[in-house]
Amino acid sequence: MAAIEILGLEKTYMIGFWRKRPKQALRPLHLTVEEGEIFGFLGPNGAGKTTTLKMLMGLVFPTSGSARILGHDWTDPVIKAQIGFLPEQPYFYDHLTAHELLNYYGQLSGMPANGRNNRIEATLQRVGLHDIKGLQLRKFSKGMLQRVGIAQAILHDPKLVFLDEPMSGLDPLGRREVRDLIEQLKQEGKTVFFSTHILSDAEALCDRVAILHQGELRGVGAVETLTSAVQGKVEVIWQGTQVPASLKALGAECHVTGDRVRAVLPENQQDSAIDALRRERIRLIAITPLRTSLEAYFVEKLQHSETSAGKIS
Amino acid sequence: MSARIIHIASNTFREAVRDRVLYNLIAFALLLSGASILVGQISIDIERLVVINLGLTAVSLFGIVIAIFIGIGLVSKEIEKRTLYTVLSRPVRRWEFIVGKYFGLAGTLVVNTFFMAIGVFAALLYVSHKFVGSDASVFVALYFIVLEFLIVCSLSLLFSSFSSPLLSAVFTFSLFVIGSFADDLRGFAGMAQGLSHWLAIGTSYIVPNLSAFNVITTVAHGQSVSTQLILQNTLYAIFYSAMALSGAVLIFERRNLK
Repeated sequence: MAAIEILGLEKTYMIGFWRKRPKQALRPLHLTVEEGEIFGFLGPNGAGKTTTLKMLMGLVFPTSGSARILGHDWTDPVIKAQIGFLPEQPYFYDHLTAHELLNYYGQLSGMPANGRNNRIEATLQRVGLHDIKGLQLRKFSKGMLQRVGIAQAILHDPKLVFLDEPMSGLDPLGRREVRDLIEQLKQEGKTVFFSTHILSDAEALCDRVAILHQGELRGVGAVETLTSAVQGKVEVIWQGTQVPASLKALGAECHVTGDRVRAVLPENQQDSAIDALRRERIRLIAITPLRTSLEAYFVEKLQHSETSAGKIS
Repeated sequence: MSARIIHIASNTFREAVRDRVLYNLIAFALLLSGASILVGQISIDIERLVVINLGLTAVSLFGIVIAIFIGIGLVSKEIEKRTLYTVLSRPVRRWEFIVGKYFGLAGTLVVNTFFMAIGVFAALLYVSHKFVGSDASVFVALYFIVLEFLIVCSLSLLFSSFSSPLLSAVFTFSLFVIGSFADDLRGFAGMAQGLSHWLAIGTSYIVPNLSAFNVITTVAHGQSVSTQLILQNTLYAIFYSAMALSGAVLIFERRNLK
């Protein structure tokens, strides 16, 4: 069963003083997220990621389209007990302590009183919040609030977790911890749908990603597939600091780093390059086909869409 | 009542109780009740009248200020600070949120009124050294004040569901002032002709008839309040608040939380 089925969700805002000018925040979006996967929702700022998440959470109403979450109609309030949501740059009731806040959210999620306290303590520990007893949220740093946000999203042991920019406001150590946490959630069998514009996070974590730009879906697929496209070039690495003249003649782009040289050259020149290195008695370390990084794929998709838009206009 | 409404109400109550501004307002109200003792002492033979009049007016005015001040931020502050996102992403229906907020604020006002009323009774005891039978009417006046708060709460929540805190405050306060003169408005409607007549009639029925809730002068003079008025005001307050709350729910149910 699909965890999320987005069936043509579309959002157009009416802007201007008289609200007569339409602005399409999201074009009809069709997307399926399978159960148990980590799905990355990528796009630059203003792409429509947060609008999509808000629609799925019932905070913003779509102009048209619908969705199914965990096999149920998305408007069914019952389904929300099985969902966790971390909004972008979360802000909470600052008169409460983290424990009181989680208790409140636990109550609203229908968690039984019995065992709720233990669960709250365990969740706070899990997101790395220690020694905060009695401290009101108004005194929390941005990174601590982000951790509280993640804690409230996973407190009630949801099957599906939506995270909007979960690494935002965290230091490198915090980002590492959140990455580990997301991986743990997957191991527990949960589905994680997270939006980000930090591509290295997505590449490291996600099973599949979707790329959104200017409210339109530009690409979707498994990270492995998207990054496996060979560019018709190979990367040759050898030991040394010298670049043989015969290799330069093949058109190789060479970079020397420490005692290694990295050269990128057309795939059909691969055998000639190996022969040249043998002749010079240079120790070859690796030859690998050059693959597209997620970042390169992302940039290509964005540039392609902008070129198409230019042609149309 | 659903458990979620109770949780939202108790969180609203806790938020209000932890707000320091609230204590300042209560302190002012108690100070005014205390001041009524001084004024009472220089008002020979009418100390009780002055204490009841000033004390209950202070309770009413400061309560209204609290109702408007907290009420206008109940929804808009939650949207502005985005605290609402994590609430509505749980199994909470939008109407439950509005009703929970309302009961939370209403509860805050009832508790505040209780403490301010203690101040009024303490002042009364100080000037007359004993309570008399007619003092029971003060409870009726306090009850009417609470009913008035319930109406103002629902109005501030209604405006808060679609406009900014500043505009909500202006709208609610305007309706409170016009509502306090609703009887005069009806009197004017009786004398006016043509369009003015119908405008005045229409306005007097739309705005809350708060003048019916003001029995402070009556009880200060030791007169009793009829059971019929108590029943009438109770039903009116419930009906008016329910209508305003329904309006708030209808608007909020359709609102995009950008």
